[in-house]
Amino acid sequence: MGLSGLAIYKLLPKTNCKECGYPTCLAFAMKLAARQVELSDCPYVSDEAKAQLDASSAPPIRLVTIGGGEKKVEVGNETVLFRHDKTFYHQPGLFIRLGDDLPADALAAKVSEIAGYGVERVGMQMGADGIAVHGKTGQPEAFARAVKAVVDAGLPAILIADDPTVLEAGLKAAQGKAPLVYAADAANWEKMAALATQYQAPLAVRGGNGLESLADLTQKLDAKGAKDLVIDPGMTDWAGSLNTVTQLRRLAIRKNYRALGYPIIAFPGQVTEDEDEEALLAAQYIAKYVGVIVLDHFDPASFYPLLTLRQNIYTDPQKPIQVSPGLYEIGNPRPESPLLVTTNFSLTYFSVAGEVEGSGIPAWLLVCDSEGMSVLTAWAAGKFDAERIAKSVNTMGVLDKVAHKKIVIPGHVSSISGELEDELPGWQIMVGPREAIGIPSFLKNLW
Amino acid sequence: MATAIPAVKETWTGKIREVTLGATAAEHGTRSKTVTVGGNTGLPFLHFESQTPNPPVVALEISDQKPEDWSPVLLEAWGDVVFDVAAWAAKAEEMGADLIALSLDSAHPERGNTGAKAARATVRKVLDATSLPLIVYGPGQAEKDNEVLVAAAEEAAGERIAIGNCEDKNYRTLVAAAMAHGQLVIAKTPIDVNLAKQLNILISDMRLPAERILMDPTTGALGYGLEYTYSVMERLMLAALTGDGMTQQPMIVTVGTEAWRTKEARVNEGVPQEWGNWRRRAVLWEAMTATALLESGASIVVLRHPEAASKVKKTIAKLTVGG
Repeated sequence: MGLSGLAIYKLLPKTNCKECGYPTCLAFAMKLAARQVELSDCPYVSDEAKAQLDASSAPPIRLVTIGGGEKKVEVGNETVLFRHDKTFYHQPGLFIRLGDDLPADALAAKVSEIAGYGVERVGMQMGADGIAVHGKTGQPEAFARAVKAVVDAGLPAILIADDPTVLEAGLKAAQGKAPLVYAADAANWEKMAALATQYQAPLAVRGGNGLESLADLTQKLDAKGAKDLVIDPGMTDWAGSLNTVTQLRRLAIRKNYRALGYPIIAFPGQVTEDEDEEALLAAQYIAKYVGVIVLDHFDPASFYPLLTLRQNIYTDPQKPIQVSPGLYEIGNPRPESPLLVTTNFSLTYFSVAGEVEGSGIPAWLLVCDSEGMSVLTAWAAGKFDAERIAKSVNTMGVLDKVAHKKIVIPGHVSSISGELEDELPGWQIMVGPREAIGIPSFLKNLW
Repeated sequence: MATAIPAVKETWTGKIREVTLGATAAEHGTRSKTVTVGGNTGLPFLHFESQTPNPPVVALEISDQKPEDWSPVLLEAWGDVVFDVAAWAAKAEEMGADLIALSLDSAHPERGNTGAKAARATVRKVLDATSLPLIVYGPGQAEKDNEVLVAAAEEAAGERIAIGNCEDKNYRTLVAAAMAHGQLVIAKTPIDVNLAKQLNILISDMRLPAERILMDPTTGALGYGLEYTYSVMERLMLAALTGDGMTQQPMIVTVGTEAWRTKEARVNEGVPQEWGNWRRRAVLWEAMTATALLESGASIVVLRHPEAASKVKKTIAKLTVGG
């Protein structure tokens, strides 16, 4: 087990220099204890303290970076088994695999389609994280050409080949871009370790039978200086992979077992020919503990649901996504369309917006800044009262866009309707349903 | 170098309760088979340390009238059977459903306001048209729920159907009807461990055996609160496995209703091109929501699209291998 925050603090310089990004050494020590930062963030730690702390400060699952620059992908460094225990930190990288046997034109078109794909959801920009180039031709030139197309598009790359000569050609083409090299195994590990260290690239490790052989390999590679590892436990089916990744995550988190404390890579397309099944298995991998997911098919119709799932699972349960306060249009409302008001807790917003949309009646939805709290919580905390609602009505463009003076408030806060009438002279305050599900019938009947 | 890997098996003190839907002739019902869910001795599908004696099952949702608000993708998939509840039930069985989830939608005050008599007739038709065990949902409005679900419970006496939803403000009438006629209830609470537990306690206090309660933790669809449902289910599972007797009910999730409410599944107008092909996206939206919730502990997933159902059944089969 790791040291406590206080035990770590005793070994730090105690100068509160703030260069690590935290206000005090104690705060930094607490983060170290929680395995959320690296000891190397402290520029002044003594060698002696470092030796003592290294063992306890290293995260149970190593943080591995694939690619360079803005689009680099960081995976690993997870600290819990269940997202409700704290949160999951580094969402899995979603890569698409392309063969180097594709004609140059087709490859360029595919790369630009994947690199150009982007979609926004809840204010976050999402897209593919990179491309895995599979050396199918066995020719170093073809491989290097394909890898170059990927890095030129600015995307992180995974280099997949059996022949170290082919891989080296790819590494040269991606020099300085830290591509993930796939993969070292029991036969080739020394050559692979040499390549990975020479080109400063992370290295994937493929075990033979069972986790023991994988652990043997990672230890040998670590001893050779290849420390940024990603492990492939050889996942070939749904149940088996779920059981394997669960054991791996428990080994890292519960047992602090370093030999297998690395991000996991998986290829759902290797398990099935069925594209829908590939997408659904990728969904399992997102929920359960995989760090790098390499898909064999790219289709927005399956990729967008996967991006959405990844966003859901990796949302920090301690600070739910908030919606920006403002006046939202649901289904092209007109000036005389109904006006409803709610809070900016994302789930509240989505429930209300979803029901309004489902009603088929276009409407205006005024979202107040309730600091991300739901209706009842915000009301109890004084963040969703008559004053705040009136302020939102007066400052968020309602008066410009809405031609009437009727506003629907959530049924749970019916008690504030009197005060709201005082705050908004001339307005009619209508009490809506308590739950969002009641909105469609409310709108149909009462508006 | 021989590396010994530390053992990480969990041994739990509790397990999920087994609940059986449907009754065959031997049990004085008319179903061709019963469906038992629950009984898991660990987290979902972890065969290396626990048993899944009864794999999760798929219910297909049908309605007693053509649904007004269903996506064209769904209506197209079902075709004309949406006008005939008996034909719809038979078709759902043919499509591989393990259970039929009948929605008495026409009882809704704004969608027909039919009453007990119509409910009895509908339930009878469906019982005659399919031999699968039945779940019957009211229109979701307390007074009407009580009226039509009591009628459904009477009509299906002895068939061990599940009626729902029991909610904290409206459960007594339904629980009494389930007790009187040998049925099960679905206890639904809004994404909260303690509320779920509390409602199970209230229902048990009325002396309905725990073996006749399913719990619905409330489903958030992919992109619309899925993570809340996912985590609440994981927490309920952990509470159940550590021995909290009032969280051990098998969970039922209404994936179809929620997934098809989303813009991503429902429509194709005014959506970004980046969302991709509508039909494929819509079916995956439902199937992926179901997949995530199976991983977090669902025992019954209620679905709407037959293709999603077949994909989810395949997923369940693959996850159960080795169990």
